[in-house]
This record gives sequence, structure tokens and C-alpha cells, in this order.
Amino acid sequence: MMKSDAVFHFWFPVLAIVVPLAVIVALTDQFGGLSLQRTVIEMLISIVIVVGLYIFVGNSGIISFGHATFMAIAAYASAWQTCCEMLKPITMSGLPPFLRDQSIPLLPSALVSILLAGGAAFLTGLVLMRLTGLAASISTLAVLFILNVVYSNWDSVTMGSASIVGLPTYVTAWLAFGCALLAIVVAWLYQTSAFGLAIRATREDEVAAAASGISLYWSRLIAFTLSGFVVGLGGVLQAHFLGTVSINNFFLSFTFLALAMLIVGGMGSLAGAVAGVVVVTTIVDLFRRLEAGISVGGGQWSIPAGTQELIIAAFMLLILIFRKNGIMAGREIGLPQHTHREKGLVHG
Amino acid sequence: MANIVQVLVDAIALGSLYALVALAIGLVFGVMRLINFAQADYITIGAYALVVPTASVTPPLLLGALPAALMIGGVLLVVVVLALATERVAFRPLRNSNPSTLLISSFAVSYFLQNLVMLVHTGRPKSVGIGQGLASAVEIAGVRIPGVQLLTMVVAAGLLVALVLFLKKTPLGIQMRAAAENFQMARLLGMPANRVIALAFAISGLLGGAVSLLLTIQTGTLDLRMGLMPVVYAFFATVIGGMGSLPGAALGGFLVGVASVLLQTYLPPDLRPFRDAGVFTLVILILLVRPQGLIVTSAAKERV
Repeated sequence: MMKSDAVFHFWFPVLAIVVPLAVIVALTDQFGGLSLQRTVIEMLISIVIVVGLYIFVGNSGIISFGHATFMAIAAYASAWQTCCEMLKPITMSGLPPFLRDQSIPLLPSALVSILLAGGAAFLTGLVLMRLTGLAASISTLAVLFILNVVYSNWDSVTMGSASIVGLPTYVTAWLAFGCALLAIVVAWLYQTSAFGLAIRATREDEVAAAASGISLYWSRLIAFTLSGFVVGLGGVLQAHFLGTVSINNFFLSFTFLALAMLIVGGMGSLAGAVAGVVVVTTIVDLFRRLEAGISVGGGQWSIPAGTQELIIAAFMLLILIFRKNGIMAGREIGLPQHTHREKGLVHG
Repeated sequence: MANIVQVLVDAIALGSLYALVALAIGLVFGVMRLINFAQADYITIGAYALVVPTASVTPPLLLGALPAALMIGGVLLVVVVLALATERVAFRPLRNSNPSTLLISSFAVSYFLQNLVMLVHTGRPKSVGIGQGLASAVEIAGVRIPGVQLLTMVVAAGLLVALVLFLKKTPLGIQMRAAAENFQMARLLGMPANRVIALAFAISGLLGGAVSLLLTIQTGTLDLRMGLMPVVYAFFATVIGGMGSLPGAALGGFLVGVASVLLQTYLPPDLRPFRDAGVFTLVILILLVRPQGLIVTSAAKERV
């Protein structure tokens, strides 16, 4: 009895996130309109991406601008394997023959793409994790630019800055939910493991952590690689939800939105990462609808395009100024006695 | 032979442009530990101030219609006021935050300003003709130097000298260097924190305004992202130069500018589109060898 109680306590923060999400998915799946259902799927995919980002940024405290890179790598890899068999020899003539002349089944291709993203993150991390703090952040920006330049100009393989269209769209709400669940569970297991505790110690105090025998390099490299895998999953999902892949979707605007979600919710906790996605998605969706125009009292009324971006940026700044640890302020949603311990852990 | 000299001139002109931007970034970083993404938008907005906000591709001139001296003064004033406003509204309340929070907040300010420009001027690239007289080349010892490049070099050199004199000779400049060295200590010794930080932002705005004028004269186009690449190059310049070191920032700016021109010239034509990727890879390689940058300052290492 005691044992199952402990298990329940351990998993409660995850349940507290996942159960409401499941309710949202079930309700919109049953009663929601098409556009609402699409928004919910987008939100779930963003959860995968932002939780992936959180695994590194939240736990290490180092801002990364480079995670869109790994998403792009996974999304393009998946496109090469599964997209438009008829057109590939013409539009992407530079692909090696085994990719160019055939399609690969969906599941293996997704796994290969995610592995590639994780592998790329590992290789990048080998180099970048030698740097500390801001230098590391700026270098992740360099990685983002390198990938953008290469993929925008590698015409024979990536179709340059044009979109690859015609990927099979197999992502449903429940599949996206399953992946979000997977990402959340992975992040939770990681942050409560010895590796996770070690890297959270380096976040709080680099010098003290290093003095306690924690390797800054290895703990960050592990987090970076793991988060590469998870955002890779997000990249594959997004590619097969939209059915198109374009390198411009993996650049600064996207990076900004993902970071905004993480910061608004609070980058110190898993619950914060997910809450941020939900809040920001809601705001973005609301203003997108207003920009598209609504009818008020018989007349068509809309706000200028671009307002949504201004609102998000301003909202993020306000959060940073007035509640700099985000909505969740670094806390998980725990049972009462549990909350107490988490607090000490995070703010200690 | 003349060809090599030509390349060198190109390299130095671009290098000095990047050095200016890097100095602006470096100055603000020195006093506040803030890497300011919004510097890109200072440059962009400075350039857009030249024209009347319309949806037209060839918009009528606003500040650009004024006589040269007034135009320069106007653009510089716009950018300085903008820089001071961002400092007051967004960065001052965050002054005691950690560097990561500051970095993210400047990313948000930049995103806000960029979308504001888009809202006001629309996202289409525009053409604007100012300083056409400068397009003609000057011939010096058999080498043709475009007037714009000559201007860039002269302006950059002038601003560099002025900045050095300001930092070394004036009380405020000395206070600024003291603040960069150890902010807490300088404050205890009576350095007026608000004034020095505001001044750093004003200078970064001044440099930003100069860069936006130079860029606009060079390219004759306005683009939402015109400030982005110079500022990203400048980020890398400050990092490889050594964070918190002003000579390092200038040196890094020259290095990335020169590397960029050399790669552009000597890469095989097929690989030229990948030039930026080459420069950024170079940046990461330099950091691998010298993780603290070329010139290591006390600011690079956190005190325990």
C-alpha cells in the first residue's frame, strides 16, 4: 500500500498535466469544430517541441536558439523518406538513389528522422557544451544560422527555400496527444533521475555543482542530446501534420514563439513548459481569429495583421518584468506535502 | 596585384562596419551584461525613418528629403531616442536579472520592434535613393575604391577614434569603463548607474544610426531584416573577441568581416551561397580553441 502511494506521489505532477490535456482532446474531438481541432493538434505538437526545449533550457538554465535546427533536420529527413515518390527524382534530384527512387514506410522513417535529430544534437553538443552561459547561447544561434544557410541553398536536396509539399498527413489529435504524453514522461523521468538532479544543480550554481563532482560538460551534453531527440519528434509531427516542410518555418520567428511559450509558462518546471504552450497558443489563436475578422453587430471587424506578434512579444516582456519565473514560477503541480519539497528543491 | 588590394579594401570596409556594430553590442554588454538583439531593429528603424510609411515599394522620402546634415542628425536622433526608450521601458526593470533573462527579453523587444515596423511600413522591401553622389568610385594608386566604401572606412575610423577618446579621456567614459570592469564596485564608488547605462544605450543608438545610414547608402534598399545579419555577425564578433572586452569586440568585428569577404572571393562559385555558414563555422572553431574569446577579461569569469 505504501509503495503504490509513493508511485502515485511520484507520478502525480505528470498526471496533473496529462489528464486535463486528455480531457481537452476528448472534448474537442467530440464537439469542436474543424479549426478548433486543428488548433488543439498544433498545441499538442507545440507541447512536444517546448517540452523538448525545456529538457535542455529548463534544466540547464542555458537559453538555446538552436533547437529549431534539430526539428528541421528531422522534418526534412522525414520528407526525404516519405514525400511524393513521383516528384522526388525531379525536385530533389540530389538525393542518394535509395531515398530518391522509393518511399520508406512511415514508422521506420519517423524513427530514423528522430535518431538523426538526436545524433545531430549530440554532435553539436560535443562542441558547444564546452562553452558556458552566454557564449553557449550565442553559439546555438550560430548553429541555427548555419543550418538555415545550408538548407536554403542546397537546392538539389532541400528544394532551397521553397516548400516541399505532399507529405502524408497522418497526425491525428490522439496521435499528437500520445507523443505529447511520451515527451512529458521522458522529461519527467529525466528531471527526477540522477542526471536530471545533477544538471539542475549546475543551473542553480555552476561552481558549487562542479565542486560537488558534477561534470558541467557531460550533464549538459546528455540534456542537449535528449532534448534533440524530443524536438526531432516534434519536427516529424509538424511535418506530417502540415504536409509541407519549409526551412523558413524553422528560423527566428519559430524560435521566438517556442521560447516565448517556455518563458511565459516558466522555464523552471515541466508544468510551466506545458502551461506556457497552452496560454500562448490560446492567445495566438484568439488574435489570429480577430485578424481574420469577426462580425460584430452585422459589420465585419478585424484588427491589423501582425497585432498577434506584438501582443505575444509584449506579453512575454510583461511576464519577464513582473513574474520573471513565469506563470508556474518553477513549481510542479504536486500533492500538498510534495509541493513543499519541490519548492525547496527549486529555490534552494 | 590590384585585385588583391581591391579585396583587401572590401574586407576592411565590411570589417569596420561590423566592428561598429560589435562595439555597440559590446558597450551595452559591458555595463549591463545584456546582449542586445534589438540593436538589429535600431538599425532597421533608423533606415526606415528615411521614408514615409506607405505600402509603396518606392516610398516618398521623409527624413531622407532633408539636406544631408539634417538627415544624418534626424536619423541619429530617432535611433538614439529609440535605444533610450527600450532601455527605459524594457531593460531598466530587468536590470538585476540574470544574463539569460536579459538575453531573452532583448529577443522579445527585437521581435516586437520588427513586427511594429512591419505593421507600419508593410513587409515588402523598398528602394530608397540617398547619397547617390557617393556611388562614383575614387581612384587611388590604380585601385578603384567605391565612394561608399571609402565613406564607410572613414566614418568607422572616425567613430572608433572618437569612442576611444571618450572612454579614455572624459569622466563619463572612465566611469563607463569602471562599470564594465566591476559594476557593483563602481556603483559603491559613486558611479551614477542610471546615467552611465543610459549613455551606453545612447552611444549604441548613435552607432546603430550611423550603420543604418551607411547600409542604406550601400544597398539602396530597405528591408525588415536589414539589421539582422550585421548584428548577428556582431554577436559572434563580441563572443570570439571575448565578452566584455571592447578592443576584443572591434577586433572580432574586423575578423568576421574580413573572413566573410575572403570566403566570398576565394570560395568556388558553387559554394559561395554557403559563405555565411563558413563564417559561422569559423566562429565555432575559434571558440573551441579559445572558449573565453581572443581577449579574456575579468567579466568572462563569474566571481565566486
